[in-house]
Amino acid sequence: MSGTIFEKGAGGISGRYIPENDFPDEKIDALAARKGEIGLPRIGEQDLIRHYVGLASKNYHIDKGMYPLGSCTMKYNPVVNEQIAGLGGFTGLHPAQDERDAQGALELMHNLESALCEITGMSAFSLQPVAGAHGELTGMMIARDYFRDRGEDRKVVIVPDSAHGTNPASVAICGFTPKTIASNEKGLIDPGILEKEIDGSTAVFMLTLPNTLGLFEREIARIVEIVHRAGALVYMDGANMNALLGIVRPGTIGIDIMHLNLHKTFATPHGGGGPGSGPVGVREHLADFLPVPRVIREEGGYSFRHVSDKTIGRVHSWYGNFNVFVKAYAYICSCGAEGLRAVSENAIINANYLMTLVSKWYDLKYPGPCMHEFVASGSNLKAYGVRTTDVAKRLLDYGLHAPTVYFPLIVEEALMIEPVETEKKETLDHFASVMEKISIEARENPQILHDAPVTAPVRRLDEAAAARCPDLCWTGPGGCGE
Amino acid sequence: MVPEECRFTKEHEWVYAEDDVAVIGISEYAAGELGDIVYVELPEVDTEVQQMDPIGTIEAVKTVAELFSPVSGTIIEINEEIIEDHETVNKSPFADGWFIKIKMEDPGELEVLFSYEEYQEYLGEQAGE
Amino acid sequence: MSYIQNTDSDRKEMLRVAGASSFEQLLEPVDPALRVKGGLKLGRPMSESEVLSHVGAMASRNRPAGSAASFLGGGIYDRFIPATVRYVLSRSEFYTSYTPYQAEVSQGTLQAIYEYQSMIAKLTAMDAANASMYDAATALAEAMLMACSIKRADRILVPAAMSVRVRAVLESYAAGRGIRIEEIPWTDEGTMDHDKAGELLSEKAAALVVASPNYFGMIEDAAGLSELAHSKGALLVALVDPVSLALLSPPGEYGADIAVGEGQSLGIPQNFGGPLLGFMATRSELIRKCPGRLISATTDIEGKRGYVMTLQTREQHIRREKATSNICTNEGLCALSAAVYLSTMGEDGFREVARQSAAKSHALYRLLSEVEGVVLPFGENFFQEFVVRMPGSSESFIEEARGAGILAGIPISGDYPLLGGDAILVAVTEKRTRAEIERYRDIAAGKGGAL
Repeated sequence: MSGTIFEKGAGGISGRYIPENDFPDEKIDALAARKGEIGLPRIGEQDLIRHYVGLASKNYHIDKGMYPLGSCTMKYNPVVNEQIAGLGGFTGLHPAQDERDAQGALELMHNLESALCEITGMSAFSLQPVAGAHGELTGMMIARDYFRDRGEDRKVVIVPDSAHGTNPASVAICGFTPKTIASNEKGLIDPGILEKEIDGSTAVFMLTLPNTLGLFEREIARIVEIVHRAGALVYMDGANMNALLGIVRPGTIGIDIMHLNLHKTFATPHGGGGPGSGPVGVREHLADFLPVPRVIREEGGYSFRHVSDKTIGRVHSWYGNFNVFVKAYAYICSCGAEGLRAVSENAIINANYLMTLVSKWYDLKYPGPCMHEFVASGSNLKAYGVRTTDVAKRLLDYGLHAPTVYFPLIVEEALMIEPVETEKKETLDHFASVMEKISIEARENPQILHDAPVTAPVRRLDEAAAARCPDLCWTGPGGCGE
Repeated sequence: MVPEECRFTKEHEWVYAEDDVAVIGISEYAAGELGDIVYVELPEVDTEVQQMDPIGTIEAVKTVAELFSPVSGTIIEINEEIIEDHETVNKSPFADGWFIKIKMEDPGELEVLFSYEEYQEYLGEQAGE
Repeated sequence: MSYIQNTDSDRKEMLRVAGASSFEQLLEPVDPALRVKGGLKLGRPMSESEVLSHVGAMASRNRPAGSAASFLGGGIYDRFIPATVRYVLSRSEFYTSYTPYQAEVSQGTLQAIYEYQSMIAKLTAMDAANASMYDAATALAEAMLMACSIKRADRILVPAAMSVRVRAVLESYAAGRGIRIEEIPWTDEGTMDHDKAGELLSEKAAALVVASPNYFGMIEDAAGLSELAHSKGALLVALVDPVSLALLSPPGEYGADIAVGEGQSLGIPQNFGGPLLGFMATRSELIRKCPGRLISATTDIEGKRGYVMTLQTREQHIRREKATSNICTNEGLCALSAAVYLSTMGEDGFREVARQSAAKSHALYRLLSEVEGVVLPFGENFFQEFVVRMPGSSESFIEEARGAGILAGIPISGDYPLLGGDAILVAVTEKRTRAEIERYRDIAAGKGGAL
């Protein structure tokens, strides 16, 4: 059964969810200025549940199968963490409650910040940013105010061409001017080029480590030195931290500001696109610029404080995505020090193993060893009229999810594959065998790939029609009001 | 407009000159690379432009390209049809799918652009990369 | 507890295939001098049972508003959440899926978000809504950037009677673009001073922001302010409470150009303030300037209805530094909560929530107005939240109420010194009962404690 909730809920009756009004005579008519109906559905609970369970059945998700999206770290989301985060002691807390009534929540935030400092080697963290891109923005605000405080007019942020698109966008929103530098033939930052491009107008050098090709910047020590010598700061996009747990602590190698993605590295679910959490960490000299309030531990308990006048202020209405903190903290407790190290070791082994298997059938522009992910290319299939999109769509027919495609931009027909540590060898073998089958199909019968997917709930969708004349709101029965 | 009689830019735009009026569009190659064009933003008539000024954007589903003015002058006409029906650009890039007309300040500027043959050569180099 | 499934022999075999004799060999690109020495100083791994008791103990050290009678508001409210919401959200098909990059296998998420967009558009009476933002504060900050880009201006006007936290977020976002934010004071009725607004609008501004209800709970003459803003060439940005829209005139009716707000009331637990749900709706003409994801209906190659992310050329992954915003994720699961909440409550149930919130808050207002010494500075033109000054100090009143299991409100004089004295912001939702409301009155009247 398909159709929208509006069609299903036209002219029915809803259940009763709240008790009768015990102030029935209170006069509020003067407020009731809205004309006509809102246009919400009227649907009974059984059909409502069927509607949403029906929609659920049309989704791919981690609990169904492997999700090899590069840079997304789609690892298993431990179910116990959902149970813990659902405890009434957390979900029912109002953010303006008396701190005495929220000591457990403050303690959890404090412990999580400390754990993130230990994992990354940064001096202080703010949990306030609620997404990776939000963390980048916060990091840029910190850099902006840091230089303003020092009376230095630095307006340029250098970003390698392999960066996530959010990087230049975050830079621009903060009033900086992004300047792109090209990667070298090994897919790495060229310290020589950086040295030429950097000058007294550079505020920040923004890099992703490992980079979006899944490669560790071999020259990172020299890069950091060049940036610091120019008086600029090094920002690290920590989206790929799953490769470095217990291996490299960014703070100790000179990274000044970084963000983490709790919804990637620390196993909290993505929820079809949020809520995430993008805490920002800094080294000591930048700690005063972090968003407020900060959680402080004192004799007698924990409290929120506006610790410094140099703060950038706020980036969220309250303290960030608290419910996500609970899950990430529980995950860190489960793993412990040795477990976190094992996460990265296994992520790296899985990626190198899968890279070896997949590169038998697909191009590999930058050979390994890779860290937690690698970028293959479907360019060898172009001769058969097959594009990476076709490979991606065909994977869906085999009951798998596609990798990240066409990113990073510096690899033609890119297939960015991140197998994550929780996948078992047999699962990777299966994925590789399907990739092999698809490469054979591409040569022998490319039409199968062009027609794919055929087993998904819908066939390929007309994105051009949607972009030309977007239909963003239901206007049928019960629909948006004309 | 006949492609052979047009001048071309590195950004894959063509210019067809009739006296001091330049008609501007994008090449068949550009239309093919962009794919289905879904949105076109053009400048207003009477806008004065310098050679290589960004003057508009062309959007496909997952890419966006900037339109640059290949010559200096004043915009005298824009093609309303492609704003209404973007598919025209894909179907007929060299005729009905033109973008704007500019009254040129200096037709001599055309000299720095590719001839048809040079453009074909340029496309060949691009494909070779 | 480890979630890794490969065994030692798996790893050995995988390393062999990858051509490495040991894991160390794979780390060859990482200079040994840069590596962690001696391991991280974190605890040993905990078993599931230990994690449950360790983190569970933290939960039990809180005294959640959910277990008291909460009159706290200020943007986050204690509302009834029907069981359907948690049931649907706990389906891993929704919560463990990623952003719908492969539309064909993400139709569940895409259709649900399309329906969410439609519900927000209906509630606000705007043409279209996006797939959600982080919270009301960031949604308003994005609306500010959008308005400044549309009007090519760098000045916006906001009410002084606005959440100081939201205001702080606006400042953070404005600083980079050199946007000036100017404040319009409130009148004796606790609403925006129209004359002052008119005066400030005489200099070019990108937008006038109207919060209705405002932070003090008061309903603004949004239609009048909308006309005023438009007559001076500024956009009108409405910051609204979604529940209030079941009763009050919606932004689309009074000509707002952009409507934003906090959707936490729509089936999302308080969760100590996050995750929240920023919503944003606008007019069709402005949709290409709108930040964030947008889901559109379309058809597949066989003509079957389906849904896709659309107008992606606005977004950061394509337009990079020229994108309308840097936002990449949305608050997808919270948007789903809102959709399930609104369809469960339905047209009539949702209106009943709004009516009861209004009736009960007005009842408490009336009861308090009969208590000697209580000051209600702004009158009755509020939706579900109002400012009150108690005869004694707010601190001792709140403390006494807390002892009696009532969270009496948020002290706000510190943030709004112009309010004078010991002002408290009190919110009453549909969840409060006659007994709780009368008890609140009793404590205010110095007859506290007795139930």
